Amino acid sequence: MYAFEIERPETVEEAIKALSRDEAQPLGGGQTLIPTLKQRLAMPSVLVSLTGIAAMRGICTDDAGLLCIGGGTTHGEVAAGADKFAGLAMMAAKIGDPAVRNRGTMGGSLANNDPSACWPAAALGAGATIVTDKREIAADDFFQGMFDTARDEGEIITEAKFPVPEKSAYAKFEQPASRFALVAAFVAKYSGGVRVAITGASESGVFRWTEAEEALGRDFGPGALDGLHVEPDGMIGDLHGTPEYRAHLVGVMTRRAVEAAR
Amino acid sequence: MPHVSMTVNGQAAKGEIEGRTLLVEFLRETLGLTGTHVGCDTSQCGACVVHVDGKAVKSCTMFAAEAAGATVDTIEGQAAPDGTLNTIQQAFQDYHGLQCGFCTPGMVMSASALLKDNPKPTEAEVRSYLQGNICRCTGYHNIVKAILAASGQDVSGIAGGIAAE
Repeated sequence: MYAFEIERPETVEEAIKALSRDEAQPLGGGQTLIPTLKQRLAMPSVLVSLTGIAAMRGICTDDAGLLCIGGGTTHGEVAAGADKFAGLAMMAAKIGDPAVRNRGTMGGSLANNDPSACWPAAALGAGATIVTDKREIAADDFFQGMFDTARDEGEIITEAKFPVPEKSAYAKFEQPASRFALVAAFVAKYSGGVRVAITGASESGVFRWTEAEEALGRDFGPGALDGLHVEPDGMIGDLHGTPEYRAHLVGVMTRRAVEAAR
Repeated sequence: MPHVSMTVNGQAAKGEIEGRTLLVEFLRETLGLTGTHVGCDTSQCGACVVHVDGKAVKSCTMFAAEAAGATVDTIEGQAAPDGTLNTIQQAFQDYHGLQCGFCTPGMVMSASALLKDNPKPTEAEVRSYLQGNICRCTGYHNIVKAILAASGQDVSGIAGGIAAE
């Protein structure tokens, strides 16, 4: 690692001030950023650790019934504490391994927008609202492609607000070495319609499978997906799977998520 | 150089660090607690698992500065001061839960975190909890058996039913 300073602010205001320094970068749980630093793929002069900000941690329900999760809340805390939103708890419980889940945070994962990460699928699949220190951004506008989001430099994800569905599930085909999703589907059924978000598959990052959403909106059951498929065009191809294989898995994992929804 | 202080195995510990100093480097190099191992240094193998404020974490993937003020527990704090092994360590010995032993500190710390949250885990729960701990001797059956035995459960049916002598 190149040398850098670490700041540990206790409030969002202090963190924003620290992030205004030259070459400053936020540090969430560090489960992606620290390995990146070890490979010298990043060279910040200051890391601003966000995990000491108490106001950014925890899970609660607001007056509108939305499940609000602080940006610094760990995957493990969501796995244990999001019991009113089955799909979300299921998703968080499948990230990495227990020790990784004790450090990695929601905000870090959303901000990184890894094309194979789990959190972007949950946020997009639930139609969540991403709250930063400056504004609120709908998940539909937040994810803008592989490792790209609407977040500005120095902007902090303080919270995300999730509408709680009637039924939901997350079905993940794990790449066994990394435990990232080779392909995973997040399915959520609301009174107003069904949302389906797919991660791990597309070269453009997380996306909504709108055809499946429409079919499941008419009839929420695995049979509704019969005959539906996504094109391999634009799917990721690597040593773990071809674009055709991933396109096939999109259908399989969506079906499994529908079957598991509760 | 900035200072950091924390409580390690019940004792106050402090030292000078750089921003980039990893928790495992602080434990091993500054405090001389070399029981915590660095296997892969890429957050995969789990040989470096310690507890920070009661939670299992990979100490190669956390900065020492982030543990300022925290309570850290390592493998050195597991046995009694006179060397008597704790229940999990004794079970690893009784059930031959180690071959080369390199992964053992992380295995024991993960097992202890598991049993604290889930005192009577099933075999499947133990195996699932150990996803982030790799044993390259591949001695998983006896590790699982040792952890189940440490939880006070019968292990005669695990992995072929070979019981401890």
